[in-house]
Amino acid sequence: MVETSDIRVVRCGGSKVNLTPPIISSDSRFVLCTSGDLVKVYSTRTEEWLHSLQGHTNQVTGITLNPANHLQVYSCSVDGTVKLWDFIDGILIKVQLVSGLCVSACPECFQLVSVHLPKSAEQEVEAKEMSAVSSHISKNPSCTAFGRGVRSVKHIFISFFSLCSFSLKATDKKGAKNAFTCIACHPTDDCIATGHEDGKIRLWRNFIHKKEYTYSTQHWHHNAVNTLCFTPEGTHLLSGGIESVLVQWQYGAGNRKEFLPRLGGSILHISASSDGQLFCTSHSDNKITVIESSFKVCGVIQGLVKGDAVLTDLMIDPRSKALVLNGKPGHLQFYSLLRDKHLYNLDIVQQEYIYEAGLDQFEVVKAAFDIKGSWLATVEERGKKSSDLEFFLKLWAFDERTQSFVLNTTITAAHTDRIISMCFSSSEETTMLVTAAEDSQFKAWCQGADDQNFWSCDFVGSYHKLNPTNCSFSADSSLLAVSFQEVITIWSPDTWEMLTTLCQPPGVIRDLCFGRLSCSKYLLGTTTKNLLCCWNLLTCELEWSTSVDVSKLQPDPFSENVAAFSYQSKHTDLFVFKPSEPRPLFTNKNVCSEKVHRAVFVPREEPLNSCDESTQWLNRSQLYFLTQNMDLLTFSTATEEDRMLSSSKQLVIDDSVAVTPFYLLLGKHRQQQQKLNTQSHPVSDKPQQTQGSLLHTPAHVLPAASVLCSMFVNSFLISNTGVHPLRVKTLVNFPKLMKYELLYL
Amino acid sequence: MCLFCVPMPYIRCVVWIMSVWMWKSPEVLLYCRCSEGREPVFISDMASFKPTKVQFLPKLGEKVTEDTLYWKNYKSPVQIKEFGAVTKIDFSPLAPHNYAVTASTRIHVYGLHSQEPIRSFTRFRDTAYGGSFRGDGKLLVAGSEEGLIRLFDISGRVALRQFTGHSKAVHVTSFLSDGFRVVSGSDDLTFRVWDVPSAVELSSITEHTDYIRALAPSKLNPDLFVTGSYDHTVKVFDMRSGSSVMTMQHGHPVECVLLYPSEALLVSTGGRYVKIWDLLKGGQELVSLKNHHKTVTCACLSSVGNKLLTGSLDRHVKVYNSSYKVVHNFDCDASILSMAVAPDDEVVAVGMTNGVLSVRHRKHKKDKETLTSRRRRGPSYRVFVKGKNFVPRQDDFLVSKPVKQYLRKYDKQLKSFEVSKALDTALQTWTRTSKPEVTVAVIIELNRRGTLKNALAGRNEESLTKILNFLLKHIFDPRFSRPLLTVGDIVLDLYRQVLHQSPVVERQLQRLMEVLGREAELQQELLQVLGILDTLFASLTPRKEVAALAALPVDQGPQLQAA
Repeated sequence: MVETSDIRVVRCGGSKVNLTPPIISSDSRFVLCTSGDLVKVYSTRTEEWLHSLQGHTNQVTGITLNPANHLQVYSCSVDGTVKLWDFIDGILIKVQLVSGLCVSACPECFQLVSVHLPKSAEQEVEAKEMSAVSSHISKNPSCTAFGRGVRSVKHIFISFFSLCSFSLKATDKKGAKNAFTCIACHPTDDCIATGHEDGKIRLWRNFIHKKEYTYSTQHWHHNAVNTLCFTPEGTHLLSGGIESVLVQWQYGAGNRKEFLPRLGGSILHISASSDGQLFCTSHSDNKITVIESSFKVCGVIQGLVKGDAVLTDLMIDPRSKALVLNGKPGHLQFYSLLRDKHLYNLDIVQQEYIYEAGLDQFEVVKAAFDIKGSWLATVEERGKKSSDLEFFLKLWAFDERTQSFVLNTTITAAHTDRIISMCFSSSEETTMLVTAAEDSQFKAWCQGADDQNFWSCDFVGSYHKLNPTNCSFSADSSLLAVSFQEVITIWSPDTWEMLTTLCQPPGVIRDLCFGRLSCSKYLLGTTTKNLLCCWNLLTCELEWSTSVDVSKLQPDPFSENVAAFSYQSKHTDLFVFKPSEPRPLFTNKNVCSEKVHRAVFVPREEPLNSCDESTQWLNRSQLYFLTQNMDLLTFSTATEEDRMLSSSKQLVIDDSVAVTPFYLLLGKHRQQQQKLNTQSHPVSDKPQQTQGSLLHTPAHVLPAASVLCSMFVNSFLISNTGVHPLRVKTLVNFPKLMKYELLYL
Repeated sequence: MCLFCVPMPYIRCVVWIMSVWMWKSPEVLLYCRCSEGREPVFISDMASFKPTKVQFLPKLGEKVTEDTLYWKNYKSPVQIKEFGAVTKIDFSPLAPHNYAVTASTRIHVYGLHSQEPIRSFTRFRDTAYGGSFRGDGKLLVAGSEEGLIRLFDISGRVALRQFTGHSKAVHVTSFLSDGFRVVSGSDDLTFRVWDVPSAVELSSITEHTDYIRALAPSKLNPDLFVTGSYDHTVKVFDMRSGSSVMTMQHGHPVECVLLYPSEALLVSTGGRYVKIWDLLKGGQELVSLKNHHKTVTCACLSSVGNKLLTGSLDRHVKVYNSSYKVVHNFDCDASILSMAVAPDDEVVAVGMTNGVLSVRHRKHKKDKETLTSRRRRGPSYRVFVKGKNFVPRQDDFLVSKPVKQYLRKYDKQLKSFEVSKALDTALQTWTRTSKPEVTVAVIIELNRRGTLKNALAGRNEESLTKILNFLLKHIFDPRFSRPLLTVGDIVLDLYRQVLHQSPVVERQLQRLMEVLGREAELQQELLQVLGILDTLFASLTPRKEVAALAALPVDQGPQLQAA
């Protein structure tokens, strides 16, 4: 097997937007945030993603507005570069060319470094002057703050460190959890606010004089204060923590405060726009909330929510073709992979979420769609740690009118123990749900007769009091396979007869799936003892087996192919094969270094027509998989990348205008105008000719003066082809709209 | 002013703010008409408090059907005290539908809605029995303990005729359907037919071997009638032949016989059994019902849908549907001796051994409507209608104000994390008695938040008694037992040190212990029964070999061909 170079693993959408505090442009029109190796630009009004600043080759760790030019932004990255961008047009201006101070907290060493770089006109400059300000700094960006004015920065740093040393004393004295969690500096006053692990906020004053500092304490948060932020005028202090309540303290007015509760996940960062009109909070559920100064939420930018672990499988909603997995606590999220956009959250638990650390709450642990997408089954669970486990099985019907799922049935005690596996029958006529649980039973659930459309139990099956591990329906739903530890039992769902048992010891069955289409006579199973087995259901015999430690077996619903991820010696390999032959179609060694537990085949919008044998399996669907580090990865082929590249060229957005339907209409119009302009350019190359012909032609044969006017004026303009376009843009700094108006004057 | 149009003076802007209803109506409508198509910005009220979910768990037991709803639709009974056991109730077939009630030595005639008798016949020297109307409702016939049969005019007082001949008590009397003859059954084992105009005995037949206690004349044929006797038989007599034409063995002393209006079916009651006979099939038994646990003394048919009602000494009236399943059950205070249903099921009258006549009247929609309409009337109508009939024009934008969320009191307290207060609210008398599921839902919610211990702590004797009472009442309810057991555990943990200080709480805890012990025993017994049943079922199912192997290839056949 040759590892083909035209298929490569790419990181696809849904990277974190909450790693660093988002920044708001000075005119409050844009929000910038880091997202993986990009800097994304969103509109504050419409919450739309406008464009992204591409260029870094690794995780972007910090962004800040250029204090000299408010239309430019600096970004620093793990790849060791600091870049300067024009964020309105999305153009890279300079690399490592900084005139002031920049802070980059590199994750490797967590050192605060002050970089001083010479001014230069060149595009790429190596920074040489570098001074480490301090080491032993937390990675979290809320733990560093700047005071007012560049000159006093040094002072503030010094005092900050004296505070640090003081904090240790304070902890010793009181014995409470006084550790610092975040810091903010007052923009005009000599005041530093610090947040503490026990939820207290301390305001420090007089720290410039040695050992004479004073502080006042304010307490509202009941858990650690995650972040603090002063408004630009310094009249208010904003604080946030795990409670997900944004608290606004009036500066210098003691305990007067305002609250904005239930914002989502716990608040990680707060930032304010330079005019103080907008605030941004970023949350642990990969979300940025835009809040007006009147404490009203006016926009939510939601990324792919990735909690500590994805408990449900990765699924595809058959209707919207969106990726479905559990997102916010107690919710299922629908995420469009094509547009890299969060579609909506479906509230499964329907209970008030209590933002408290260490509280055992309901989590969605299992979910399954039926083949048409008209039914959704979910299992929510609580009490994993304690002995009394609570769980509910819920069935949701798709409502055509509201275009969302509506709760149909709640089953409180579906089983006496945890549900391990769940699947819908795949036939079109009757929908049936099978759940297998640790109480050594599996149950089949059916919808009742016409008058009662709720679900009830139809059949309870068990096999020698063994615990079931997995269940799966065949492609035509004529067979149900339920694995009980080492034994696979085959049942007929029509009569509920056990047809046969298959067994290949040793090893408990881990995964189970039927072949599709031409391979539907095969049943595949993986065991914990590194065995991948394929049974022929016609002969009830083992067809072939191979020794691979398969961590995830994923059949493609649109072809015969089956993908198997195996984890060996600290890296994951992928095998794609057909059940009919044990030789893999495609092998990719070392896909990633972590274990892969979730994978899904996503149907393509339009199939590729690649004839290459190694890429053929990606023609109709695309394989996405989730690693243990919660990275969503996929495979991309060369042809696909070509197509992407060409389409992205078309889609270069010329201005700051959001892409709305309205814009698309207008944009076309503009493009035509642009063409007209370029046509008129050759004329301007020979101005004398045009003017001459215009003057020498009799007036009665000329077209209307209004038609000729622009051409005539154009002919007098000096062509700008010789000047670097970037230069022009930075010099003029006019939006393009203005440019057109100039031309038509 | 309008949010979107203010900066543009040339836009006509119409704003309707119904300030009156800012607090009344859930939705304040705000229309704005713009000459330019600008989309209004909707500011979504994103995260609001999610109220406590009260789990709806279906109660086990009878299902609610149309029949149950129909029979539930009666007012609470009116009790009328009679002088002795009420042995017979008969409704007049004519329009006001008065009814004659035979009790002790009197027969009272009541109007349909009166509680005082409008007429009474008191000229009996001994207990009267079986007062029944003629088909035109003008004459009434009654037997008595002394063996005399008296015939009354409904408007008169004195008996018009007296038929003498029976040597023992006459328990059942009735007119034949021609109206000129009276048939009577007596304890002297005979029944006799009397001519009304001449007051002479037409015939006397002795076929039964025990007391005759049931009689039903045919309404279609004046010569037919059915009798039931303590000799366990039901006989059909034809006066033309002068003897019985059909005999059915009921198997128990027959207390009551009843003919369906079609007269194809016959009902007989006796012992604990109600039996339905098919007369057209020569007296074949159709069904035998055993729903009462004491002697069934009376039966009657409702006039709407011919539903069968039976009353018994076990103090229940049962209503059967057409497939003879019990659909409803009336409970009474004493053993039931007699029962009758008025035409159109307006009234159900039940007579009991303690001399109480209980009369249930049907509820009517009319009554309800008048009540509600009276409540609705008022000056607020004009306010409610204001602005409701406004139809937006085509280019209007509808801006709706977010609906204000109304929360229950305990939810409001939960929202502000006042856990003890929320539990107190949920334990208020009305909630905990009539809606225990709400109380339990709040307890579950508190447990989920991890604050149940805080909510239960720091209570005095009174509120602790309240909680313990709730536990005592509901701890075995399978719907609630799990959360309530947690509450019990926490209460014991919290108050272990101080429990002995209050004798009231101590007594309650002892009761709780007893009750729990009993429940545990019961559970164990049930498990034993389950084990026995399991072995029985296991031995019943035939042992099957794995014969399904052959069937398997058939399933996959077509696909194989396709491959």
